Amino acid sequence: MATQAPAREGSEAAPGSPAVRLKGIRRTYGDVVAIAGLDLDIAEGEFFTLLGPSGSGKTTTLRVIAGFERPDAGSVELAGVDVTHAAPSERDVNTVFQDYALFPHMTVQENVEYGLRVKGVGRRERRMKANEVLERVRLPQVGARRPVQLSGGQRQRVALARAIVNRPTVLLLDEPLGALDLKLRQEMQVFLKALQQDLGITFVYVTHDQEEALTMSDRMAVFNEGRIEQVGSPADVYEHPETEFVAGFVGVSNVLERGGRRFTIRPEKIHMIEGIGGDGETGVIRDVVYVGMVTRYIVDLHSGGELVVVRQNLETSSREVLEAKGKRVRLEWRPEHTYEIDKEENR
Amino acid sequence: MESRAARIALGGWTLLVVLFLWIPLALIIVYAFNKANVQSWPIPGFTTHWFGVAWHSQEVRQALWLSVRAALTTTAAALVLGSMAAFAIARFKFFGREAVSFLFVLPIALPGIVTGMSLNSFFVFNHINLSFWTIVIGHSTFCIVLVYNNVIARLRRSSPSLIEASQDLGADGWQTFRFVIWPVLSTALVAGGLLAFALSFDEVVVTYFTAGAQNTLPLLIFGYIRLGQQLPIVNAIAFAMIVLTVIPVVLAQRLMRDTGVLRRGGTAALTAK
Repeated sequence: MATQAPAREGSEAAPGSPAVRLKGIRRTYGDVVAIAGLDLDIAEGEFFTLLGPSGSGKTTTLRVIAGFERPDAGSVELAGVDVTHAAPSERDVNTVFQDYALFPHMTVQENVEYGLRVKGVGRRERRMKANEVLERVRLPQVGARRPVQLSGGQRQRVALARAIVNRPTVLLLDEPLGALDLKLRQEMQVFLKALQQDLGITFVYVTHDQEEALTMSDRMAVFNEGRIEQVGSPADVYEHPETEFVAGFVGVSNVLERGGRRFTIRPEKIHMIEGIGGDGETGVIRDVVYVGMVTRYIVDLHSGGELVVVRQNLETSSREVLEAKGKRVRLEWRPEHTYEIDKEENR
Repeated sequence: MESRAARIALGGWTLLVVLFLWIPLALIIVYAFNKANVQSWPIPGFTTHWFGVAWHSQEVRQALWLSVRAALTTTAAALVLGSMAAFAIARFKFFGREAVSFLFVLPIALPGIVTGMSLNSFFVFNHINLSFWTIVIGHSTFCIVLVYNNVIARLRRSSPSLIEASQDLGADGWQTFRFVIWPVLSTALVAGGLLAFALSFDEVVVTYFTAGAQNTLPLLIFGYIRLGQQLPIVNAIAFAMIVLTVIPVVLAQRLMRDTGVLRRGGTAALTAK
């Protein structure tokens, strides 16, 4: 595929162009297709998440934007400038690596200053800027330490500080919270989101965690087998999944086929009423899973198929909910809470 | 159950092994300062006389100089070839990678007599005269492994994203080498180089088959002992060699400890302020 002539030197960013634009990107490794033709626009100042299972091409896409991978076909634009053939060091993006990739022989301070040092920024200014970002990630005291002397969460924040010290127009984050425990992850999710809004930098965030994607993103793209299945806001993707894959990967796959049409409904939108009679589908509770705040019921429907129903444990005890197993129930939902999937126009 | 008796027995056994290893060396060290020129116990008195004799012997000096040159050249060759091999094996996947890795490590386990003999017949068959360079080639076969092993261990322990992180932050190729690749690898290279030097410096068997008419220091000692000559000098040289070999090995071990990262006290202290 022909790409536009590179025009990176001296050309100003065209106003109104997206922070990142990928056109017709394709990347293969031998017979394995990592990215199979991908178009994507990411707006300036957006928190954009690439969500998908491992091997779906989300990390490769991030690496194409960073410049570590050259696409076989297609072009990469940053703020309207074609950088398809530019080296990583020439791109105004910085990366937070999954394993942090902190330089083990340097102190935290030296790690953070690195981007400024290789650009020839003077010592005094380097130190000032490094101190400023270390304070921003709430690590003002650790400058003299080495990465091995830090906890996992601290290393993560040093990697973040090192990547934002150059004030890139786009920050790429490759599963940055993957190695942290749940509590710390949730703290960092809030922190990252606040940091992004504060800095006004475009964040491109790779994760396989749907909850992370839903809580943090302005918009997200769901990846599957080297393709984007759906792009949209978290609410859009969650409430109106366009394909069965999206319905299953983001949330619980509740897919029913009635009259030749396939549709999905989220488990918390279903009303479950004991006993039969009245409208709606009838069925039998096959399984009950108690998960603390809520309980998941798996219901076999008499007309075929199964649905997962989620109920909050507002006034019920764990013993009561577990006794529901085997009971006959009636399920009701509002038609506007269903969403037809795999329609032609969604593809 | 680990009883008190078992612990005492184990401790005693360990002590015996240590004594077994060190008594002969201790004896040589004592004899190096022996006043008499025959080895008898107890020694009649202490002197440093034999060190002077050894130092002024033309034969010893020539042998020492040859050994040092051979060890330095071997170390240089091992550093270049060993680190290149380690890079290739650690960073690229190719057909037969495990086999190549095995072939690199094998020479260290191969009996020296086999290496020496086969090199000797190879040189003779191809009408290559035994010289300084054949010694270096012989030593390189097993010294490359030492550098290779050290460097590959370091590469496997460091994140492969380090180089990408450097590029990502705007560094060019030279800056990445100078600020990241070299500091991360340098201690592994120094440690491997020191071990290679120590091993080459006191090697006898392979050298015997590849040295021709020249004597390295170990060969000279070997000859003296075989003819029963100059034993006091031999003891003095042996003492010097123990010291010369222990220093690089201890240094190498210290360098490979924990992160293996050299403490660059100056810069670290400066930025700490």
